[in-house]
Amino acid sequence: MKTDNKNIVRVQNICAAHNNQPDALLEILHDVQAAFDFLSKNALIEIANALNISRADIHGVVSFYDDFRLEAPKDPCVKICRGEACQAVGGENLAAHVKATGTDTHDVYCLGNCALGPAVMIDDKLYGRVDAQKLDALLKEVS
Amino acid sequence: MVGPVTIYVPCDAAAVSVGADDVVQAIEHEAKLRKLDVKIIRNGSRGMLWLEPLVEVVTPKGRMAYGPVAPHNVKSLFEHNFLSGSDHVLAHGLTEDIPYFARQERLTFARCGIIDPLSISDYEDHGGLTGLRKALSLPPVDIVETVTKSGLRGRGGAGFPTGIKWKTALDTQADQKYICANADEGDSGTFADRMLMEGDPFSILEGMTIAGLAIGASIGYIYIRSEYPQAVKTMRRAVEIWQDADLMKDKVFDIHVRMGAGAYICGEETSMLESLEGKRGQVKVKPPIPAIEGLFGKPTIINNILSLASVPIILDKGCAYYQNYGQGRSRGTQPFQLGGDIKRGGLVEKAFGVTLRQLVEDFGGGTRSGKAVRTVQAGGPLGAYIPVSGFDVEMDYEKLAEAGAMLGHGGIVVFGQGVDMAAQARFAMKFCAVESCGKCTPCRLGSVRGKETLDKIIAGERVADNLALLEDLCELMTDGSLCAMGGLTPMPVRSALKHFPDDFAPVKDGE
Repeated sequence: MKTDNKNIVRVQNICAAHNNQPDALLEILHDVQAAFDFLSKNALIEIANALNISRADIHGVVSFYDDFRLEAPKDPCVKICRGEACQAVGGENLAAHVKATGTDTHDVYCLGNCALGPAVMIDDKLYGRVDAQKLDALLKEVS
Repeated sequence: MVGPVTIYVPCDAAAVSVGADDVVQAIEHEAKLRKLDVKIIRNGSRGMLWLEPLVEVVTPKGRMAYGPVAPHNVKSLFEHNFLSGSDHVLAHGLTEDIPYFARQERLTFARCGIIDPLSISDYEDHGGLTGLRKALSLPPVDIVETVTKSGLRGRGGAGFPTGIKWKTALDTQADQKYICANADEGDSGTFADRMLMEGDPFSILEGMTIAGLAIGASIGYIYIRSEYPQAVKTMRRAVEIWQDADLMKDKVFDIHVRMGAGAYICGEETSMLESLEGKRGQVKVKPPIPAIEGLFGKPTIINNILSLASVPIILDKGCAYYQNYGQGRSRGTQPFQLGGDIKRGGLVEKAFGVTLRQLVEDFGGGTRSGKAVRTVQAGGPLGAYIPVSGFDVEMDYEKLAEAGAMLGHGGIVVFGQGVDMAAQARFAMKFCAVESCGKCTPCRLGSVRGKETLDKIIAGERVADNLALLEDLCELMTDGSLCAMGGLTPMPVRSALKHFPDDFAPVKDGE
């Protein structure tokens, strides 16, 4: 119960830092997710209250954007670029390789590293010229 | 030697992705061991990405380039006395003399890779702020006219004349107007926005501030995609520094950085406005156009950050100076981005009119894999595939349109022999299905049906019938979609069909 209250205050503070403005919803969702690792049902209710918008509106936004997650991630966030520039240098084989290992990955379309592909992002860190061997080593490092 | 030796190592995300941070550590470590005094400045990238991490040493002759430097090369660089600019197997001489760099015409990227991105004095020493000072002395209508006469067109992809957009917003009366800088660079094969944000952020802020003066807007937003954390961080810091700068002290122009959340469609301007209002990034029907009724219903200029960053030099050197570059109705320079299977990938800023062949062969040096080039996709995932026989096309808005292609945001993705064009066409439809905002039916459903139809063609199922169906669907998506997402998805599909029909050939009976 105590932690619940503490968490509610944290969410309220994040909303207040953005002046409880509905137009800052994406920023608020990013900040809450950064603080708690995911967007809990309670957090979303609290945001709806603070911004005076409906929970349905918030659900609409959360479900529209790929970045937002409703459950805590089990592993570090591994993004594999599936865009054309990475396809041209073996990105698809890399994606198939990592998926075969059972690692939880996210397909993204372009990480802006198109001259040094295949590109992978682990949490917020970008890697270039990644082959299967390098990716295995990186995943070992972070797990 | 007096004082420390200055070394530049980029903090650009691409350079860091191949180990620039580790190289910095290695240099610091080695210098300490040898009791040598070095000062490391983290600059943006020069755009020669195949040489990253590119280490530059300041010598009396100029900045000497070494690259690509791996941490294990650092010891050997010190042993060969690279601090005095000496020769080494990784040495390339003066950075400015490297042909790839020397042959460019850098206007928008003039400072990128040269200055410390977050030093406003460095920015000013290299020609920054002079455009803004000029704008401050001009009435709004003159600023707009200068931009119009320069011939600058939207670098985001649509190529709409920037000055005309500005004039519409200037002529619309309102109590509040907005400037929105679009940095939602989602096209695969493009990274110019990212490089500029990480390498010369003040040029964007200066352009935005001039735009604000031009139309009478007091608030600006920069919308950056979340896939670019380094750019977001740099821009946020740059805005803080900018707002405190002497020149900005009394001027009321507030700039806010907003981060996207992983939706490609938010690069479309009406979708971006919705996202900036904290909503689902769904496309809106035009008219009303944003310049009349945009963010929060107020007149709003939405420009790509490359367009905005080109404005200061236009104000500084005059519209004729900028206009002098380029050809036909495509004036000025375009930052082209070479990616995919290419030997020398990176950013090449050239006046419009350079041929695709010059970019891919002379600058790019062919493929990285050593295969022969088969095709390039120009202009991102919604752009056409161009076969090698079409490489003599001059890169400008009109010439590319005549060739059934488009410039887009200037991305060029090279594919070597072996690429399966039916698979690429299928991917175009799949990408549209994944990223469609869902507002209009041709895009939302057409992309899914397109992918299914291509699956049938690839499987050899009633190929002629399905090709006819696909063509029909492409026509419907082109004509009936609300925005460029659904409207241009047929471009890569049709170009692949047109130039590489054998890849879609029906499986003959008995084979």
